[in-house]
This record gives sequence, C-alpha cells and structure tokens, in this order.
Amino acid sequence: MRPPAFLQTALERDVHPVKVVTFKIDDRDVTAREDETILTVARQNGIFIPTLCHLEGLSERGACRLCLVEIKNSPRLAPACVTIPRQDMEVITNSERVQNYRKRILELILTERNHVCSVCVSNGRCDLQQLTVDLGITHVHYDYLYPKHEIDATHERFSIDHNRCVLCLRCVRVCDEIEGAHTWDIMSRGILSRVITDLNQPWGSSETCTGCGKCVHVCPTAALTEKGKSVAEMTKKRQFLPYLEMMRKEELR
Amino acid sequence: MMTIEELQDIGRLEKEKQEGFRHRIHVCVAAGCLSCQSGLVKDALEKEVSRRGLESWCQVKGVGCLGLCSAGPLVSIEPDGVLYKGVEVSDASDILESLGGSPISRLECSLEQPFFRKREKIVLENCGKIDPESVEDYISENGYEALYTALRLMTPNEVVDQVVRSGLRGRGGAGFPTGLKWTTVAKAGGSIKFVVCNADEGDPGAFMDRSVLESDPHRVLEGMAIAAVAVGASYGFIYLRAEYPLAVKRIRTAIARAERLGVIGHNIFNTTFSFDVKVRLGAGAFVCGEETALLASIEGRRGSPRPRPPYPAEHGLWGYPTLINNVETFANIAPIIRKGGDWFASIGVGKSKGTKVFALAGHVKNTGLIEVPMGTSLRVIIYEIGGGIQGDRRFKAVQSGGPSGGCLPERFLDMSMDYESLAQAGSIMGSGGLIIMDESSCMVDVARFFVEFCMTESCGKCAPCRIGTAQIYNTLKKITEGEGKPSDLELLDELCDLVKNTSLCGLGQTAPNPVLSTMKYFLNEYKAHTDDHTCPSCACRMNNHAEEQK
Ligand SMILES: Cc1cc2nc3c(=O)[nH]c(=O)nc-3n(C[C@H](O)[C@H](O)[C@H](O)COP(=O)(O)O)c2cc1C
Ligand code: SF4
Ligand code: SF4
Ligand code: SF4
Ligand code: FES
Repeated sequence: MRPPAFLQTALERDVHPVKVVTFKIDDRDVTAREDETILTVARQNGIFIPTLCHLEGLSERGACRLCLVEIKNSPRLAPACVTIPRQDMEVITNSERVQNYRKRILELILTERNHVCSVCVSNGRCDLQQLTVDLGITHVHYDYLYPKHEIDATHERFSIDHNRCVLCLRCVRVCDEIEGAHTWDIMSRGILSRVITDLNQPWGSSETCTGCGKCVHVCPTAALTEKGKSVAEMTKKRQFLPYLEMMRKEELR
Repeated sequence: MMTIEELQDIGRLEKEKQEGFRHRIHVCVAAGCLSCQSGLVKDALEKEVSRRGLESWCQVKGVGCLGLCSAGPLVSIEPDGVLYKGVEVSDASDILESLGGSPISRLECSLEQPFFRKREKIVLENCGKIDPESVEDYISENGYEALYTALRLMTPNEVVDQVVRSGLRGRGGAGFPTGLKWTTVAKAGGSIKFVVCNADEGDPGAFMDRSVLESDPHRVLEGMAIAAVAVGASYGFIYLRAEYPLAVKRIRTAIARAERLGVIGHNIFNTTFSFDVKVRLGAGAFVCGEETALLASIEGRRGSPRPRPPYPAEHGLWGYPTLINNVETFANIAPIIRKGGDWFASIGVGKSKGTKVFALAGHVKNTGLIEVPMGTSLRVIIYEIGGGIQGDRRFKAVQSGGPSGGCLPERFLDMSMDYESLAQAGSIMGSGGLIIMDESSCMVDVARFFVEFCMTESCGKCAPCRIGTAQIYNTLKKITEGEGKPSDLELLDELCDLVKNTSLCGLGQTAPNPVLSTMKYFLNEYKAHTDDHTCPSCACRMNNHAEEQK
C-alpha cells in the first residue's frame, strides 16, 4: 500500500528517476537507456567510433583509448565504451582533435610489437589492419620498438605469437567470463606486459584450457590463431558471443 | 569500555608520570635515525641511566621523527629543550653528565635555526614528542578527544561540516576537497561503507606518510575513525607498503592498543558505533597508490586502475561506497575537530588551507621533513629552512610533486607553494616531494630519469601510457646520448600531449610533466643537446664520448 503523500520522499511522490535520456552525438538527437553507453547508442545509430579492446558480450576495460570522444564543455576526453550519457550531453566523435589522437594511439600500437601484414595469416582479415584503413593511417611516424617476442606453439590446435599481440585482453576476458576456464592472464608491467597461460607455463601443458578456441576467435589480430593456416587464411568466427549472451539472458528471465 | 572521564584520566596520569621525571631524554626512533643506529644510542642511554641509578629521575623515551633527518641520530632533552645531533653510543655518559648543567656544545644543534623556527606543526605536532608505541602518551596530548567529540557531541553532518569549513584538500596528490568527498560518501546509500587510508607512498624519495605512521600512528587511526563516524562506515583498511616494516609494526601495535582501550573496534566510547580497521600490505607498485588500483589490490585482484566514473565514493571496495584519503589528510582531521574548521582555514593562503609536509631532498644543506603553512615561498623553504644549496653552488631547479611533477626554474623562487600556483606554473603539489637541483644537473637527463620511472611503473593497461612513455623515454635517451636531432623536440611535444590527454589514469596523465616543464623552462638545454650535441651541464654521457674521441 502506498503511504500517504506527506510520508513519501520527493522521489516517490513527484520526482521520478530518469530511465531514458536524450542527448546529441555529432549534432544528431539520440536516445539512451540508463544502462547504455555512448558507444552502444552510436552503433545503434550507425555512427562510427573505432574500438579495439571493446567486444560486445565481454566486460569493458576502457583501455585501448581508441574510442575517445569529446564532450562539449568538458576538458577531458571520454572513452565511449565506458561512458554513460547524461541528458542533453553533446558528444563529438569526429573532431580533428580526437581523430588525431586516435591515429597517434593506433600508430603507437603498431610500433609496439612486430606487425608485418604481408606475411601474416590474418592479412585482410584483421581488426588492427582494418582500423588503420578506417582511421586513414598511411605511415607511422614514431620509431618501431622491435621487441623480441616468442611464439608458443605447444598447444595441439592453436598457437600464440606475441609479436602480433596488442594486449587488448579479449582472450583473458572471454576465457574467464564466457568459458569459465581462466587460462589466460597478464604478467609484468608497462611495456613488458605479456599475456600468459596458467602461471606462465606453455599453453600445451595447460590443465585448465578446455580447447574451446574462444580466445582464438575473439583475438583481433593474428596473435592467437589456429594451427595450419597460411598467409591470409585465418578467419575469426565470433557469432558464438551474441548467441551465448542471448541464451544466458533468456535463462535469467 | 571507555568514557571521557576515563580517557582524561589516562591522559592526566601519563602527563603526571612524565612530569615526575626531572629529565626526559627523547631519542628519535623513526626509520631515518634508526638506520644510523639510534636504537643502540637509546639502549646505551638506558644502560647509563640504570648504571647511575637515575631511573626515577630520568626517562629515556623513543619518539618519532624530529625532522632533521640528515643530522641523525637526533636526541632531545626535555624539558630543557636542547637538541643533539649525530649522537653516538659513546656520547651517552657525557649526555647524562651534562643533565641539569650546560648542554654539550659539540653535539648541540640549534633550535633557533630557521629549519625549526619556520615550521608550523599540525600533522607533525606529536612527532618527536610522544612514544609512538604508547597509546597513553598519545592520549596525554589530547588524543582520541576529537573522536569522542565527533561521536558523542556532534552529529555526522556537523562533523562533515567542520571538514568542509576547514577547506582541507587531499594531501595524496590531486588536492581534491576533502569535505566534498566526505559529503559524497555520506550521501551514498546503503549500510555497508568503507574508509580506506592510502599509505602506499610510492614516490621515490618521499617519506612524509611513513614518518607520520611511524611517529604518531594513533593520529591516523583517530582521523579514520572520525571519518567513519561522519560518513557512516564501519570497516576500514590501511593500505601500506610492505617496504615500510616499521610503519607496519607501529600501526598494528596502535590498532591493538586502541582496540584494547575501546577507542577503535566494537562499541567505541560505549556507543553502538563500531569501526573495525585492518592493515593490507602492498607489494610496492607505484600505480597501486592510484585509488582504483589500490581498491582492486585490497580485493585481491591485479592492481591496475579502472576508468572513473564511477568514483570510489559511489562504487568502491566490492562495489560499496568507499572513502579513500591519504595518511596526511587523515592526520589533519583530529586537530580540525578539536579546534574547529575555521581555525584550520585561518592557516594557509587562498584555496590552500593548513600546512603541508614536504620531504626536502637533493642539493640542499638540510634535508629532511618539514611542515610549513601553505603558501610559504620556495625561497624560504630552500634558503632558510633548507639552509641553501650545498657547497653554495647556484640553484637551478626544483622538482615538486614526485616523478610526475614539474621542474621549476629560479624565477619561481618567490612563488607561493599552493595548489593553484603550482598548477599554473606547470607543476603539482603531489604528495610533497621537493627535490632541489643545483647547476650541475642536466635538465634533459632529469626528465629522462623521471620518465624512466613512470615507464617502468606504468601498469600497461592503456595503450598511450604503456607505449607512449616508452617512446618518450627512448627519445630522451637518444638525446642525452648525443644522438638527438632538432625534430625530436617536436616529436616529444606531440607524444607528451598525447599521453597526457588520452591515458586512463593519473600516472599516464601526469607522466609527461617533467618533460613538458623542462622543455618549457630549459628549452635551450634541449637545443644544445639536439643542435650542438653538447650538454651544458656536462652531466650527460655524450660529453664523455666526445672526450674519448679526442
Ligand atoms: C599513479 C598514482 C599514484 C598515486 N599514489 C598515491 C600514494 O602513494 N598515496 C596517496 O595517498 N595517493 C596516491 N595517489 C592519489 C590517489 O589516487 C588518491 O587521489 C588519494 O589517495 C586520495 O586521497 P586524498 O584526497 O586524501 O589525497 C596516486 C595517484 C596516482 C594516479
Ligand atoms: S581455448 Fe578456450 S579454454 Fe583454452 S585458453 Fe582459449 S578460451 Fe580458454
Ligand atoms: S592475444 Fe589477442 S586477444 Fe589476447 S591480448 Fe593479445 S591481441 Fe588481445
Ligand atoms: S595510464 Fe598507465 S598506469 Fe594508468 S592505466 Fe594506463 S597504463 Fe596503467
Ligand atoms: S574500445 Fe573503448 S577504450 Fe578500447
């Protein structure tokens, strides 16, 4: 039973919490539910914002910073993948400033490891390569760091080539959050960071890995691949993610 | 169970006991002096006292930091107010001999020098005065009175209000208004809330927080408990570096003793209010001092920052509202409640109230911990308190705010040290590190050093900081090795701007500060390196190269 009006808080009586907000992305009026990010709404409206660490169906990290957008009257740039829009917010996704920053960040990522597309199994099918096209990167004006990294091909069906890893941690998240195996993790700090399997043991000796291949298919580059593919042959299949997400939501209902 | 009368009794008895001694010898047993054997000095003094059968006349007490760490071991004689420096075990008998007579001139350290006279103590008021392991001693200096007041005589809102009025700002780095933070956590809903004390102190060379914890641990506990009353929290964590074993021991002892007295723990001062405090040890990663990384680490996860909002005030430990403040911030709370927010706000300048503790280091004569009112000029700090530059060489720059602060040149000597002025000049208050550099320092090399620190301490989560700091470091390394070219300066500028504006957490966002500030104020030094391949201060390795080639 509802208490009498004078016993109710303002919230119960006359002010109602907002569940849907309207705001602007690049001068277009758009609507968001209270739990939707700027990125989600942009995608719904066909507005392009580049992403790398984000993958629908996995938790958000806000780490690659490629999705940075400007918010009018705010000095700080905001990562679209983890920012909840507010009523009347004005988001700008395509100013010269953010476009420039995104390009530079992507260039940095290209200098970090050894990406040689012409000999790569993912050539033509790689998220990283696609991003360079989307952002219009024609050359990299920072020095390449040329680190020495190894390949772990001890797993029966898959291999990891750290030379191609962009540390997006999609593999870590899918293995933990979707497969529930938590085989992958990250080791060391800063520029020395590296993804590892089981406490830095060879993947082939892993007792937690179920061999499901989810990590391979969410990996944006040719860091994680199926064995036996040659140049430009590695296609990633990610339909399982939205499917699993939908089925699990059903189950919760 | 504890009442205010009992509390006051404890304090009075302790005072009477101490005043019963004609002479009190205070030996600094904080880490600085302990490392130069003050523990042995204390033992020797105690032995000497008992050898002479003076136990009822003369007390020997271990106390916290006396400040002038570069002159340790320090010993002070009360109530005469004599300070001895560089005391050795063999001096024990002379010291006892001189009690009541004239001080030993060869050991005497004048308290009239500006290092002591120019200080104003709030945070450090008990340092060097009380025995850090004795809760009674703390209580004899009005300890836990403020907690009683907050709990029994004020409403939580009134407590928050005093902190708001005081104008206190966070001493952990960013200078966020403490009252506003408390208001936010107090407003956050739910019955489970946490109060966390950030004692990670990762800046190389900084030891303000360590000193407070080692010298006056109850002050921090009391501040946290008052915060818990104000925001409605009943659990607390102190996140402390494992590299500070003495501080860990002292704070653990303090918690145990305070719990036994009933001033921390269950049913504090006979109320229904409980505040349970635990110590968590950090493994020493600099980034774990960042609040979201720190909380992750307490939860047992990898200590890397996450995007904010949501801020910990709303979504903190295990998702519950969490108040996180720095050691020095908490150390200011009890005096604010005792003397009122307005009293605190009357000290300092502009929007920077109260005092700040600085760790003075580098090429100055007196190094150590100083507490001065906000707004004190660098000149006073360096030339009066610090006694000037070693060897009377020329001052060149001061780096404030730790590895991600800025380097300021001579023309800022008369600037007031407050949050706004520092930010305007391109530096930060940070946690209070002050490194003074003389003319022999090469500013490019200094920038390289600090960037190297940030690069190795970057957690590696976000791309701009992880890769950008490495690129900046490589470029600076090249320049200091004489391999730089003029276009490298543009590249540096651009990289710094990128890392500063796009990184996820404060580490990346501030890592370029040393480079940006040295490029702004010492551009000619950079140019000498890149255009002429020389280092004006002859500090960089390439000068050696050049000589070798000759
Ligand atoms: C990289 C990094 C390191 C930090 N280290 C510390 C630290 O060692 N101690 C500290 O109190 N705050 C540190 N901070 C600031 C904290 O994130 C946080 O702002 C502070 O604990 C809040 O307390 P305050 O409001 O009392 O200053 C650090 C921040 C960053 C970005
Ligand atoms: S194959 Fe499956 S279980 Fe094995 S590491 Fe990849 S995601 Fe985890
Ligand atoms: S292996 Fe692939 S998915 Fe995993 S972090 Fe590297 S790039 Fe990302
Ligand atoms: S800015 Fe640096 S320390 Fe902070 S999250 Fe990014 S990589 Fe980690
Ligand atoms: S997609 Fe938003 S930060 Fe990576």
